[in-house]
Amino acid sequence: MSNLDASFGALADPTRRAILARLALGEATVNELVEPFEMTQPAISRHLKVLEGAGLILRRIDGTKRPCRLAPTAMTEIDKWLDMLRKALAANYDRLDDVLAAMKTHE
Amino acid sequence: MTRLTLKTEGDTHVVVTRKFAAPPKLVYRAHTEPALIQKWLLGPDGWTMPVCINEARPGGKIRYEWSDGAGRGFHVTGEYVELEPFSRLVHIERMFLPDPTPDNHVVTTFTPDGDGTLMTMRMTLPDEATRAMMLASGMEHGMEASYVRLQGFIDSAVVV
Repeated sequence: MSNLDASFGALADPTRRAILARLALGEATVNELVEPFEMTQPAISRHLKVLEGAGLILRRIDGTKRPCRLAPTAMTEIDKWLDMLRKALAANYDRLDDVLAAMKTHE
Repeated sequence: MTRLTLKTEGDTHVVVTRKFAAPPKLVYRAHTEPALIQKWLLGPDGWTMPVCINEARPGGKIRYEWSDGAGRGFHVTGEYVELEPFSRLVHIERMFLPDPTPDNHVVTTFTPDGDGTLMTMRMTLPDEATRAMMLASGMEHGMEASYVRLQGFIDSAVVV
């Protein structure tokens, strides 16, 4: 689950969340991402490094630029985990249905 | 039979609901009597619950240990804050994975629903992780899980 830890760590910062929200609208270069923030380019680049390390964004090379985009699997991984969670809880409660049915016949 | 619902509430809460075809007293007992808890509060198939301590009184101790029978397992400890038989339980718990997760404050209510029971479990989560998940995903309905509560179950599911 280390990927998931990395994802949540990456998401725990409001600037990084805002970067992801911007990238949800489409690809952007570092300069384009710096614009809305009162931050230096190196600071934004550090955030991008965390997001890239967590597998949440991908970067390609376009001449001297390295445009960023959302990794398609980023949110899918979290969704998959949530689905497993629902299944785990549901399995327990299905078992509880059986336990309760047995209790009723003995009351 | 109605299924599980799982949703967020505000920044820090997760609410789970489930209906059962049994009266509140039985569902409450199934949540507080160790012999009953051990029959359903399990992990993936094949896992057992070798330790199940549940002292159903204010300040009472909770300790659950799960094992896959092949050396893997994890445990939960907790304390009761309040109990109102047969309608409400308030407790605090944390998982050891093996390091302890932050405390999870849980309020569980059992209300009559026709001949059955509506169980509502409201968890209060660590603020940061939940809010980060909700905002970053951009989903209006928010993320529907407790990172800390459930990682243990998921880890064990993946391991098996």
